[in-house]
Amino acid sequence: MKPLTCLGMMCVALLSSAAMAADTVVVGSKIFTEGYVLGELAAQSIEAARPPVAVVRKLGMGSTGILFQSLNSGAIDVYSDYTGTLAEAILKNPNLRSVTEIHAALLKMGIVISAPLGFDNTYALAVREDFAARNGLHTISDLGRLRDSLRTGFSYEFMDRQDGYPGLAQRYRLGLDPAHVNRMEHSLTYQAIAQGAVDVIDVYSTDAKIREFKLRVLADNLGYFPSYQAVWVARAAFVAQHPAQWQALRGWENRLSAATMQDLNAQVDLDRRSVAQVVSGLRGSTVQTDTIAAQIGRRTLEHLWLVGASLAFSLLVGVPLGIAAVRYPRAGQVILTFSAITQTVPSLALLCFLIPLFGVGARPALAALCLYSLLPVVLNTFTGLRSIDPRHLENARAFGLTPRQILLRIELPLASPALLTGIRTATIVSIGTATLAALVGAGGYGVPIVSGLSLNDVPTILTGAIPAALMAWLAHLGFNALGKLVIPAGLRAT
Amino acid sequence: MLVLEHISKAFDGKPVLTDVNLAVPKGATRALIGSSGSGKTTLLRITLRLIDPDQGSVRINDQPLSAFGPEAWADQIGYVPQEGGLFPHLTGEQNVALVPRLRGWPPQRLSTRMTELLQLVALDAALLRRFPHELSGGQKQRLAIMRAAMMDPAVMLLDEPMAALDPLIRSALQQDLKAIFLRLGKTVLIVTHDLGEAVFLAEQVTLLHAGKVLQTGSYRDLLLTPADPFVTAFINAQRTLPDVAQLR
Repeated sequence: MKPLTCLGMMCVALLSSAAMAADTVVVGSKIFTEGYVLGELAAQSIEAARPPVAVVRKLGMGSTGILFQSLNSGAIDVYSDYTGTLAEAILKNPNLRSVTEIHAALLKMGIVISAPLGFDNTYALAVREDFAARNGLHTISDLGRLRDSLRTGFSYEFMDRQDGYPGLAQRYRLGLDPAHVNRMEHSLTYQAIAQGAVDVIDVYSTDAKIREFKLRVLADNLGYFPSYQAVWVARAAFVAQHPAQWQALRGWENRLSAATMQDLNAQVDLDRRSVAQVVSGLRGSTVQTDTIAAQIGRRTLEHLWLVGASLAFSLLVGVPLGIAAVRYPRAGQVILTFSAITQTVPSLALLCFLIPLFGVGARPALAALCLYSLLPVVLNTFTGLRSIDPRHLENARAFGLTPRQILLRIELPLASPALLTGIRTATIVSIGTATLAALVGAGGYGVPIVSGLSLNDVPTILTGAIPAALMAWLAHLGFNALGKLVIPAGLRAT
Repeated sequence: MLVLEHISKAFDGKPVLTDVNLAVPKGATRALIGSSGSGKTTLLRITLRLIDPDQGSVRINDQPLSAFGPEAWADQIGYVPQEGGLFPHLTGEQNVALVPRLRGWPPQRLSTRMTELLQLVALDAALLRRFPHELSGGQKQRLAIMRAAMMDPAVMLLDEPMAALDPLIRSALQQDLKAIFLRLGKTVLIVTHDLGEAVFLAEQVTLLHAGKVLQTGSYRDLLLTPADPFVTAFINAQRTLPDVAQLR
């Protein structure tokens, strides 16, 4: 077993979060406005169907890769995706254009898709209206005239997909200056183009922000972009177990026009209405939403649980590992190298690796946080113990102290300043990193940050970012106080 | 009575101690003297049971080392490390009471013994509340001696007790140390490189050189009937200041 797997499993065994109940349906969604709206629509439709089942919302989890992996591992039951994306990113076969072909190919993988929901959300390129007027831009081909000066703000997904920028550049023989081809987080590209930092961005054709930012969508005059019809994507097992719920979802087939979708997106993005309210409006029902205080309270508990549990793990495992690394130098090298390597894995990548092992929700997030908080604790335990004057240890032996007494009464107290520094670092890193847990549906302060980012909604971002900063600050104060309590006075003064 | 018999020890095939014999009679104070590299630290560590000798045996009051468990042996030897060796994270009181507490002494017994020993080492009880960094070198040494005497050991073992002290404090502590040893009536072994200190504190001196005992005797013996030319060389090397006669 790989050490990563092994450690992660230890972590989960230690913290064993509650297993999902059998008749619970988990709805996932992509991390942009339309994804949230369709995810919420799926969740509310399933909740309204009979017989009733409990619905868990894991909205805003990430992009196609994470969602499809989650679906495959059974961590989520259903989400919405687009035919072009499924053909390109999942089936790796851009030639599959019809819904029937894609349906047949996915069925072999145990995945079922619905008929199209009615609208086509294809990729498109957009420029500012004034920029288009000044340069006489109407089609993508027109961009070729500006190839030496044109600055792009393309999303990561668009840059990396075969049916995204690489193919587009080839088809249209754009030949843009690579130095001006910027890749950035999709939700930030609108700000960038509004401020004139870039000239052209990739958009989704139903995006409400096209109107808000006064952008002109350039015509795909060579017919390059494939069709991106929205469909429900579900596990075949879910369809079999919950036929009524699946029927409720299929009730939306061919009912959402591009205009309807653009309007729903605009209600969220422009009118700043909550996704739940917008979807209820569409369904003709009303929902109750939490007050902001209640939301922050709930997220504080979720965040504390993530940080607290991973901290408990790093103490229970990290301190003994640090001690072992001092006692057995050869194993110590392995332990220290391993802890250091886990620290270098980017947090998003680590979350991605952990989804197949742990599904979505608190478990992969906890596993990732455990791994991240390990290094500071292990390393500081190790260096704290190693820096003890060896004469103290020899004297303790000469006084007849047993190895256990030496560890508890001499070594750990003498190493306590370093140890506490390690735990403090681990805590503060955890509080920050735990905001990413929202990407895998673990909740916490990351939820408003992630959804606020993708909805371009600064106040929402702040309802997550400010409490997270406060928590880090309180942790800092708490550790100052703890230091006075735990570190022997004889060591503090020296 | 402390007896080291036929002690030999080699590290990586290099002999450090060769057939060392040393017997300190009950109640006597002996100095083990030698320059660095003479093997005196190794002998000290063997006596403390921190390392095992390749050959030979250590006995206290005719009982061999092997007859004691590690804790019981430690309680038989009151060890005063170099510079006192107080643990920096513990107060004076916690340092002194560390081992008795681990042995489960009741508080009453602990405080009685501490009062007794405070008097012996001439320390103010208030100093017990201080941490080592708040104490002078002499105070630390006195606390370390107190700590070593707590378990009422048969033997006291001191490692370079004066090395880190400045000359005036040193002279005062030397006087007190002699009185303390006298009142404790214990078998004492002092490990030092300083001949003056050795001669002042101990009736007899054992000179160790290159892992072998060159001579055991009083200062007079060493001076008048040296067993080896090195003995004379060692004594002369330590007499660094010229006396008045030489200056005239």
